[in-house]
Amino acid sequence: MQVKMTVNGEEREADVEARMLLVHYLRDELGLTGTHWGCDTSNCGTCTVAVDGQAVKSCTMLAAMAGGRDVETVEGVAVDGQLDPVQEGFMREHGLQCGFCTPGMIMTARWLLARDPDPDEATIREAISGNLCRCTGYENIVRAVRWAAEHPEGATDAEEVSA
Amino acid sequence: MTATDVPISAEGNPIGFGRMHRKEDARFLRGAGTYVDDVNLPGMLHGAILRSPIAHARITGIDTSAAEAHPKVKAVITGETLEGLGLAWMPTLSQDTQSVLCTDKVRFQGQEVAFVIAEDKYSARDALQLIDVDYEPLDAVVDAKHALDDDAPIVRDDLEGRTDNHIYDWEAGDAAKCDEVFSNAEVVVTQEMLYPRVHPAPMETCGSVASMDPISGKLTIWTTTQAPHAHRTLYALVAGLPEHKIQVISPDIGGGFGNKVGIYPGYVCSIVGSIVTGKPVKWMEDRSENLMSTSFARDYHMTGSIAATKDGKILGLKVDVLADHGAFNGVAQPTKFPAGFFHIFTGSYDYDAAHCNVTAVYTNKAPGGVAYACSFRVTEAVYLVERMIDCLADELGMDPAELRMKNLLKPEQFPYTTPTGWEYDSGDYPRALEEAMRIAGYDDLRAEQAEVRRAYEAGESSKLMGIGISFFTEGVGAGPRKHMDILGLGMADGCELRIHPTGKAVVRLSVQSQGQGHETTFAQIISHELGIPPEDIDVVHGDTDNTPFGLGTYGSRSTPVSGAAAAVVARRVKDKSRIIAAAALECSPDDLEWDHGRWFVKGDPDNAKTIQDIAMAAHSSLELPEGVEGHLDATAVYDPPELTYPFGAYICVTDVDAGTGEVKVRRFIAVDDCGPRINPMIVEGQVHGGVADGIGMALMEVIAFERDGTNLGGSFMDYLLPTSMECPSYELGETVTPSPHHPLGVKGVGESATVGSPAAVVNSVLDAIGVRAADMPLTPAAVWRAMQGSPLRTDLALE
Repeated sequence: MQVKMTVNGEEREADVEARMLLVHYLRDELGLTGTHWGCDTSNCGTCTVAVDGQAVKSCTMLAAMAGGRDVETVEGVAVDGQLDPVQEGFMREHGLQCGFCTPGMIMTARWLLARDPDPDEATIREAISGNLCRCTGYENIVRAVRWAAEHPEGATDAEEVSA
Repeated sequence: MTATDVPISAEGNPIGFGRMHRKEDARFLRGAGTYVDDVNLPGMLHGAILRSPIAHARITGIDTSAAEAHPKVKAVITGETLEGLGLAWMPTLSQDTQSVLCTDKVRFQGQEVAFVIAEDKYSARDALQLIDVDYEPLDAVVDAKHALDDDAPIVRDDLEGRTDNHIYDWEAGDAAKCDEVFSNAEVVVTQEMLYPRVHPAPMETCGSVASMDPISGKLTIWTTTQAPHAHRTLYALVAGLPEHKIQVISPDIGGGFGNKVGIYPGYVCSIVGSIVTGKPVKWMEDRSENLMSTSFARDYHMTGSIAATKDGKILGLKVDVLADHGAFNGVAQPTKFPAGFFHIFTGSYDYDAAHCNVTAVYTNKAPGGVAYACSFRVTEAVYLVERMIDCLADELGMDPAELRMKNLLKPEQFPYTTPTGWEYDSGDYPRALEEAMRIAGYDDLRAEQAEVRRAYEAGESSKLMGIGISFFTEGVGAGPRKHMDILGLGMADGCELRIHPTGKAVVRLSVQSQGQGHETTFAQIISHELGIPPEDIDVVHGDTDNTPFGLGTYGSRSTPVSGAAAAVVARRVKDKSRIIAAAALECSPDDLEWDHGRWFVKGDPDNAKTIQDIAMAAHSSLELPEGVEGHLDATAVYDPPELTYPFGAYICVTDVDAGTGEVKVRRFIAVDDCGPRINPMIVEGQVHGGVADGIGMALMEVIAFERDGTNLGGSFMDYLLPTSMECPSYELGETVTPSPHHPLGVKGVGESATVGSPAAVVNSVLDAIGVRAADMPLTPAAVWRAMQGSPLRTDLALE
């Protein structure tokens, strides 16, 4: 069937099987492999993307269900090559190790900050509790989100570092 | 936040050791990493594995005709196909054999039976349903305690002359001396415990993309491996492929933890699939396949006994282990040590005698054994001794911190040879424990706990509070060639360094990162040695065509072995740079002194050549002394003289609801000593992750089985990983005791916290509920049962 949606600001259209999951559509049809896949049961959250601004595990949604919607993946987050504050927070606070959960974590954190720009630690922990990470023990992810909350415009000149 | 004596580069990075952001993050943050499943080749086909639904059954027939008739299916491979190629069975890393695709009978639920290759992954999985397999069910042996019963079903009747499920007996220490010490001891405490089967469950599952070029005969395989060079050699040996025609690429790896050390049947199937179809073939397992069929960890039934005086001087420790290896002995560990490094179980204390015996058995469960950041079974060893210490403290009515402090090895005892033959390199154990107790505020915590318990006993509250300690010593950095090999391959690591004419560098490693940050840490090692800014150093790893041979990343060996190789190779370049600098400065090399990236003439600091100047001179027409070649490159192979021995003191504070059995980890204090820290940020990240692992194992994770061998931990709905809600903010401390034999003094840290933390959590929970022993995972139900008087579990889920 034909599906048409906006992905990272671009109109995309493809002929897909009705049963195709959104995660597979993004990865296999559009080549957006930054969105990962880590379980069969919607537990891990590595496939989290934004659909109309809502954080969605893209394995819980058919590509067809995203028809007419606005989908954002991790590839759409950095603007003109510049990291978004959430991405920068992850780098500065060492909120990633193997990088596999990172895109999903970033999308969930952006969704949280869009709703609550100044979340406390408990709020952050609850918000990311649907995203599993096996490397970091979560603490630096929490700090990364706090960094982003404290730096909505990104780093100041004094804090400038190479990315 | 770098050490004050380390210069800072133009980009703000330490030129040497210190905190710096990771070089690899730029791609991961943008979703631009390349994991195996991100590799897509023109014309690529997709494979899927049909797995056995039952644990033990003879296969009497396989009908693949309907699957083959599927319009999108290109081929179906069975054990029969592989038998024709001599590939139906493959060697394991422990001199056993493992079925690739079943030819006779299935031996565990989830075992590989057939491989379908189709145009897309949905069709490949559709076609699995079209394969008709006739199974003749057999009785399964699931509980290791019954594996050696006379009437136990024989798992490995494929092995010539096999009449039971016994794999090996192995012992270390002095049994007779131990018996003598125990018979004369004032106090002996014996405790049975199970370290249950758990799974590394990296967020990325295992998989491979194999591409055989029919013209050149070259096989390229992108695969989730922690040991790309070892895999290449094994493919050459097993499949008879010429080794120079095999390129193993381990691209970005989404976590390993030991899960990606061995070779899985799916990898072999993707290779065979590419040969059969002439197209690249991708195989990527799903999560259930990962949890049900790939390397598990632990599954050690242990009975420990500890002997002591009445006033708490430990005299002896002994342990009997029944090791459940599953259906094939697929353990990855040095050949001489079938139980890994378990005989380091005496831990961090002094004894008159110690002894262990390990008996390993086959069962109808998935194969594997060593995985999940265990340091070759040091995790089991540390759990044993740290639980036994707490059991003894309970028996003596002594504070567990006081008992440990009384018996910890003293700094002046190093180098220390343990009763089972390990030679610990260096340590100051009491200082680490004192530091952990200081951070914890130990005495205040005990006072608070007394009040909490008073309120509980007075019926005012259902809350309990526990304080648990664990002290660990690991032996890592396997290993010295004289003692260690895996399938005959020595455990030395190569390293190559090239300095380009403009002074930029490329270093090529034999180890491969699965998230540890090698691209940063190894750049910092070269930077530390040569004064080249880390941003000017690229690290190449994970591609056998472009890196030197070495045995890979596991057992916390990257920095202890490959890190040493990198230091050695940099020092070779530095030695040569001195000769070239002398030629350029028209002086003797002996007249030169080194200072942060430059050689200068003694007494004339402005008369100098930087490493960048020297690099250009090395490639120029400058006349060099006789016998000195141009360019500034070097190679090295590092054979570690001994293991390194990181250690640490951990304290866990838990709150337990006596009514529900629910445990909350309130605080976790981790004081680690891994020698000097190359990048403290990365070291702390390793510790954080390891503590979370320990909390998971202690409280949540278990692969349990029904009595018929049905796996009860086959999805993330059943196999529970800790989330952000179960993990606390960690409180870290450090002491620094350099290794005397490592060129950088570093000891490795990748597995420290996974090794050390589970016992601290369990000791804490048991301290709260006032029960001497209970087995992991301490789920609310398990805690509640322990409080009702039935603390021990078997590995069976059924009661």
